[in-house]
Amino acid sequence: MPEKSSATDARSVQNPFRSLSSKQKVRDGIATGVFAFFTYFILACVVLILGKITYDGAPVIFQSEAPFVNTDFFSKSPMTLHEFYNEDGEMIRLDKDDFDAYKKANPDAVIRDEHTFSYAGGGILGPLVGTAMLVLFCMVAALFIGISAAIYLNEYAKKGRVVNAIRLAIMNLAGVPSIVFGLFGFAFFCFSPIFPVFTGNPDWEKSLLTIPLWPSDGYLSFQGWGNSVIAGAATLAVMVLPVIIAACEESLKAVPKGFREASLALGATKWQCIRTAVLPYATPGILTASILGITRVAGETAPIMFTAAVASKGKLPWQDTEGSGLYWVSNVLTQKVEALPYHIYTVSGKLPANEALDDMRYGSVFVFLLLVIGFAMISVVLRSRFRKKLKW
Amino acid sequence: MTETSVTTDPAAAPSVASNEPIIAIDDLSFSYDLGKTNTLRNISLEIPAGKVTAFIGPSGCGKSTLLRCLNRMNDLVDTAKVTTGRISILGQDINAPDVEAIELRKHVGMVFQKYNPFPKSIYENVAYGLRVQGIKNKGILDQAVEESLQKAALWGEVKDRLDSSALGLSGGQQQRLCIARTIAVKPRIVLMDEPCSALDPIATARIEELIAELQEDFTIVIVTHNMQQATRVSDRTAFFYLGELIEYDETQIIFGNPSIKQTEDYVSGRFG
Repeated sequence: MPEKSSATDARSVQNPFRSLSSKQKVRDGIATGVFAFFTYFILACVVLILGKITYDGAPVIFQSEAPFVNTDFFSKSPMTLHEFYNEDGEMIRLDKDDFDAYKKANPDAVIRDEHTFSYAGGGILGPLVGTAMLVLFCMVAALFIGISAAIYLNEYAKKGRVVNAIRLAIMNLAGVPSIVFGLFGFAFFCFSPIFPVFTGNPDWEKSLLTIPLWPSDGYLSFQGWGNSVIAGAATLAVMVLPVIIAACEESLKAVPKGFREASLALGATKWQCIRTAVLPYATPGILTASILGITRVAGETAPIMFTAAVASKGKLPWQDTEGSGLYWVSNVLTQKVEALPYHIYTVSGKLPANEALDDMRYGSVFVFLLLVIGFAMISVVLRSRFRKKLKW
Repeated sequence: MTETSVTTDPAAAPSVASNEPIIAIDDLSFSYDLGKTNTLRNISLEIPAGKVTAFIGPSGCGKSTLLRCLNRMNDLVDTAKVTTGRISILGQDINAPDVEAIELRKHVGMVFQKYNPFPKSIYENVAYGLRVQGIKNKGILDQAVEESLQKAALWGEVKDRLDSSALGLSGGQQQRLCIARTIAVKPRIVLMDEPCSALDPIATARIEELIAELQEDFTIVIVTHNMQQATRVSDRTAFFYLGELIEYDETQIIFGNPSIKQTEDYVSGRFG
């Protein structure tokens, strides 16, 4: 063994730096190996997940002919898939719209061995739109409340027990399982009669207070929001608040104290100081953190399960909605919506597995993954950009 | 120096007769922990208008704390409290309930140890104090920016790049910009908290020259670690040790022939 001989040599000339004993070397090697193994194990998991989803999902989204993207997948909502054999014995799969059109165009067509698969046809337009609405309303509410709370905690509140207790409460909120938020939202936002809707025909039984809005023939009715996009967004907002508050506080803390002191020493009021010497330099951090918040909100299923989501709707929220002006807005917001994570849950968990559903399943997951990765990338890029721009 | 030399904004504050101090500190004790321990103890001292007064002493002696009492920057610390005594500036007790710290700070400006320009343009940095007072008129702002930069001996170096970022300036320039920003709101008093401690000797020399020039328009109180600097720039010097004022006199006397042994030991470099 070469080490042994060199060690003996070293000993003979009394080398004070002679190499470790072989036992120590083996132990060191094992330790290095174990840590490295688990690190690369994680990497392998990531590659496996991305690879599997991409392998199964990418063919659904991309195609070899122009426009290279399966546009139907993004322009149609989920619908039933019809599978049948024509007179030549060819198997044909058409979603419900195309199937109806096919039958209309060829009234004499032979349709044999027809099977239908729920939710396997069409695309994911509805779930995409629903998730976008949920995320948008949720983030508007969460950012407004979260930034306000973070400013209060970090800039105004006196340091002490009360503030620490508030922080602890917020941190605990972050640890609450999302299904609990779902139940809370269901009980609170959907049914508490403190949340008002504008409606032409109020639910007199549920409504706590109904105010006729003369001269229109509608009412402002305090009857809860019901299962609706607004209730879902509010539930998600409560869930993501701790993340937003923590991120905002971090961003505010990162603004040098010197800016605040300089501003106040020049005769600025507290609010002027925060507005002109703190917030502008905290905004990049707040923004990048919120984008990461978006990916979390977009991916949650449990909070919207009871509060907002519906498996199949058949139309987009703003299509065929009654009323005008405020009533229209209220009617749009108090509808249930399809949502991407719930859609994936439906096609993967609720329906019996079959080959026809696989495309929808992996296509949806692949698109979802792309969106999440996209948002994360935007966040990373923005952060490094701002870091370069704002140095002090 | 007489009141006539204080030319800035005479309408904004009552004038001080030539023999009256602009700042009078009487038996001041100050605590950072709601009175449990006093960081400053029974300090009495009068600062004359139109002069440069230096606060010297070893680290932790309370000289910066006292300086920050003068424009109530210590209000930022929740548990800070004046436990006894009073500070009068222009004859008004600045800790009286009807004194607004924001208004006080417009008359008592401050330059900090670490130069801290905002990451904005040079112009916006100088205009900041006026903007928060609601001045929007471009003409007034332009004029104030030019005047202040000239007074701070920076105009020549930056006049062609007023719109570029203040963070592109050298350290010494940034500190002079901070001085320009402070004097743009035309305070009566300028407090300087070790303004040169982050600067190299050449930049330090320029700031010291600037202090000598500013003395004509402002009363300056400067905290410094550097005793040579105190001898070079100040008319009067106060020596602090462990939260107490040990000796306060003309600068030549403090450094030449102090009456208290502790002062002599400190200025001759035997401790601190």
